[in-house]
Amino acid sequence: MREKTFSIIVTFGIMFIFWLFFSAWIVIIPQHYDLIELSKGIVSALIVTLVSHELLVPGKGESIRLKALRFVPYVVWEFWQIVMATLDVTYRVLHPKMPIDPQIIEFETTLRSGLSLTTLANSITLTPGTITVIVEPDKGKFVVHAIAKEPADSLLVDQTMQRKVAHVFMEG
Amino acid sequence: MYVIDIISTLFMAIGAFFMITGALGLLRLPDFYTRLHATGKCDTLGEVLIIAGCMIYEGWSLLTIKLFLVAAFYLFAGPTATHAIMKAAYVTGVKPWKKGDDRV
Repeated sequence: MREKTFSIIVTFGIMFIFWLFFSAWIVIIPQHYDLIELSKGIVSALIVTLVSHELLVPGKGESIRLKALRFVPYVVWEFWQIVMATLDVTYRVLHPKMPIDPQIIEFETTLRSGLSLTTLANSITLTPGTITVIVEPDKGKFVVHAIAKEPADSLLVDQTMQRKVAHVFMEG
Repeated sequence: MYVIDIISTLFMAIGAFFMITGALGLLRLPDFYTRLHATGKCDTLGEVLIIAGCMIYEGWSLLTIKLFLVAAFYLFAGPTATHAIMKAAYVTGVKPWKKGDDRV
């Protein structure tokens, strides 16, 4: 019961701050300050909270702080990968001969939870030369479309990304 | 003031370049899946760079925070949408292009 209350409070706080950012001029400009406007924000934040508080804050909060801490360097690395991915595609598109050799590959991972699978699927799509086609959650199986041989090998042979995501979510 | 103008223009110009590259890839690449590579990846960085240029031009204001939230949302929504289109094509049986095939 305490966990549920905690997740509701946390979600409500985040949603309300989010609402404030998008319509805070109502609060900041004094003439417009209005309790009715503010209560609209509170009501909409409450509705979103009741629907989705189970999604944002996971039930068992054992090592959530460590996971969040490990997620930060992962996001920085991911940004670097986005830049590399765009340059890679730019090179392949603008090269006169277009060095592409598309192939569809499959591999299995040790990941099982929804959040980690979603993170890996999105990361694969953001990294150079690969896009996730299908994810099978119960087996942790991924079907990936790669634009050439090197990006396919980086997923099949090196498996850098799988290890990084498994490290972040501690599912290895 | 001029420095900020130049930096933000530079960001937007690079972003626009990547968007154009994505469009060019859409025309040049041979099939559905590879075209999705071009649009899906170039648009992510191009859009984020254009929004970053807008943020630098705007300076510290509420608008900057809103622009930041839009960019952050796109970083999640972009790959998800690309994946959804890809999956729809794969499930309905669009044949992927292999090296050596003719252009579709």
